[in-house]
Amino acid sequence: MSALLKTVNLERTFGAVTAATDINVELNTGEVVGVIGSNGAGKTTFINMVTGYIQPSGGDILVRGKSIIGKSPRDVSLAGVGRSFQVPQLFQELTVLENMLIAFGFSVDRKLSFLKPLRSKEKVEKALSVLREYEIEQYAEEVVSTLPQGVRKLLDIAMAMLAEPGLMLLDEPTSGVAIEDKFLLMDTVMAAVRKSDAATMFVEHDMEVVLRYADRVLAFYDGRVLADGPTQTVLSDAKVQELVVGHHLDLSENEASTSKESAHVRT
Amino acid sequence: MKTRSLALLFVLGLVVIAGGLLLPQWMSYLFTIAMGKGLVVLGLVLLMRAGLVSFGQGLYYCVGAYVAGMLTQFVGVTDILVIMLASVAVSVAIAAIIGLLLCRYREIFFAMFSMAFSMILYGLLVRNQFLGSTDGFNVANPSLLGWTPGAEASSDLVLIVAVCLVIVLGAVAWRYLKSLSGYAGEAVRENEIRLEYLGGSVFRVVYVKYIIAAALAAIGGTITALVSGHVDPEMAYWTTSGEFVFIALMGGTAHVAAPIVAAVLFEALRTYAFAVSPYTWQMILGFALLAIILFMPSGLWSLVERFQNKKARKTS
Repeated sequence: MSALLKTVNLERTFGAVTAATDINVELNTGEVVGVIGSNGAGKTTFINMVTGYIQPSGGDILVRGKSIIGKSPRDVSLAGVGRSFQVPQLFQELTVLENMLIAFGFSVDRKLSFLKPLRSKEKVEKALSVLREYEIEQYAEEVVSTLPQGVRKLLDIAMAMLAEPGLMLLDEPTSGVAIEDKFLLMDTVMAAVRKSDAATMFVEHDMEVVLRYADRVLAFYDGRVLADGPTQTVLSDAKVQELVVGHHLDLSENEASTSKESAHVRT
Repeated sequence: MKTRSLALLFVLGLVVIAGGLLLPQWMSYLFTIAMGKGLVVLGLVLLMRAGLVSFGQGLYYCVGAYVAGMLTQFVGVTDILVIMLASVAVSVAIAAIIGLLLCRYREIFFAMFSMAFSMILYGLLVRNQFLGSTDGFNVANPSLLGWTPGAEASSDLVLIVAVCLVIVLGAVAWRYLKSLSGYAGEAVRENEIRLEYLGGSVFRVVYVKYIIAAALAAIGGTITALVSGHVDPEMAYWTTSGEFVFIALMGGTAHVAAPIVAAVLFEALRTYAFAVSPYTWQMILGFALLAIILFMPSGLWSLVERFQNKKARKTS
C-alpha cells in the first residue's frame, strides 16, 4: 500500500537561494511528526510545497500514490491535505460561528447553495459541537478580529479539520500563544486529531511541545532533512542538538525507552 | 422568508406603486429611473461585498437598454417581460465570456478592466450609424401580455413592473446574501487563501457574482430604456458607471435596500442640484459625496444601523 505522503527529491529554489533540496519523506496514517529547524531551515517551504501554496522547482509529491505537482491549494485540499497557518488565516470580520459555517459549507456540504440560509438550525448545532470539542464554543458569536491568538489558532485548526483530511499540516500551532496555554492548546488539538485518525505533521520551535506530542521528528537544516526518526533519538543526536536545537537537551529520563530506536541522521 | 415578511413586502410594494402613480409625471419618471439604477447598484453592491469595485456596470446597463430598444424598434417585440428576459439573457451571455478574464483580477485591475470593456462598447456604439451613433435611437412603448397601454399609461406600466422587480429581486438578493454563496463573497474579500484551503473556488464565487450583477444591470438598463423611450451610447460611458459607484458609496453595502434608497435620494439630489445651479450641479453632488465619505463612511444605511443598535441597547 502506498504511503499517505511521499516526497521524492523535493527541491525549491528562489533565484540563487536554495530553500529546500533533496527532501525525501514518507508519512503514514496515524503518525504524528514534529518538524523542527531554525528559521530559514526550510520547514515552512516544505509545508507550503506539500499544500500547493508554492510549487517545487524539482522532485515529486505523492499523496496516496498520486502526484499533486501543479495542483492548486484547493485541489490539494480536496485531495485530503489540510493545513493551518503560522498566522491564522480566518475571515476576520465575521464571527467564529460564521467562520465555521462557511468552512462547513465548503468542506463538508461542498455545494455553493444560493438560497439556503447559512445559519440553519442543524448546521449551527453541528458547528457548535465542533467548537465545543475545541473548547471555544463560548466565542461563537464573537467577531474573530477581537479574539486572542490562542482562540484564533484553535479556530484555524478546527476549520481545517472539518474536511476530515487524511493528512493535517500545522504550521507552528503554538506560536504567539502564551506559554501557559501552549500545552492546553496542543492537548485540545491532538485530542481532535487523534480522533480522526489523520496523520499529522506540525512545525514547532518549542522542544517540550515536540517531545510531548510527536512520535517522530524531521529535523531540517539548511534546506535539507538532517535527521528523520523517533523523537527521542533525533533530539538526543549531538548534531541535531548543535545545528538545529542550538543547545543541549537533557533527555536522560526517556533514554532507556528509546535506546533501541535509531534515527537516520544525515551528515 | 417568513409569511409575515412576505406580507410586509407585498404591502410595501402596493404602497410604493400607489405612491408612485399619485406622483406628478416628472417625479414618477425619476422614481422609475431610480428603481432601475437601484437594481444596477444592487448588483454592484454584491460585487463590492466581495471586495470588487466595478467601474464598468454601464456595459450591462447599456446592453440591457439597447436590447430593449432593438427589440421594440427593429423586431416589433414590445412585451415587457419578453424584453426583460432577452436583455438578461444577452447580458448574462456577455458576462459569462468577459467574466472568464475579468474574475481573475482584483482591486484596481478589476476596476479598470471592467471600465475598459464598457468603453469598448461605447466606442462601438458611437461609430454605429445603424444604431444612431452618438444620438442613439427611440424605444417604442412596451406592452404586457397583449395589453398595450397608451403613451401616458405605458410609463405607469414600467413603474409598476420596476417596483415589483425591485421588491422581488431585493428579497431574492437578501436571501442570497444569507446563503453560503452570499457569505462566500465576504470570505473572498477577507481571505481568499483560506477559502481555497477550505476547498472553495474563489474564481467560481466571483464569477457567479459578476454574472448576477450583469443580469441586474441589464434589468436596470431595460427599465431606464422603456421609461425614457430612448437609448444612447452614454449609458456605457464611464461616467455612467461612476454614477453607480457613487450611489453604492452613498447607500453603503450593509443591506439590499441601501442601493434602492440611495438611488432615489441620488436622483432627487441631482434634480434639485440641477434646478438650483444648472452650471455647477456636479459640484453639489461632489460635496454631497464628500460629506458622506467623511461623516458616514459606511454609507447612509449606517444611520439605520445606528438607530437599530440604539434601540437594541435600550431594550437590553
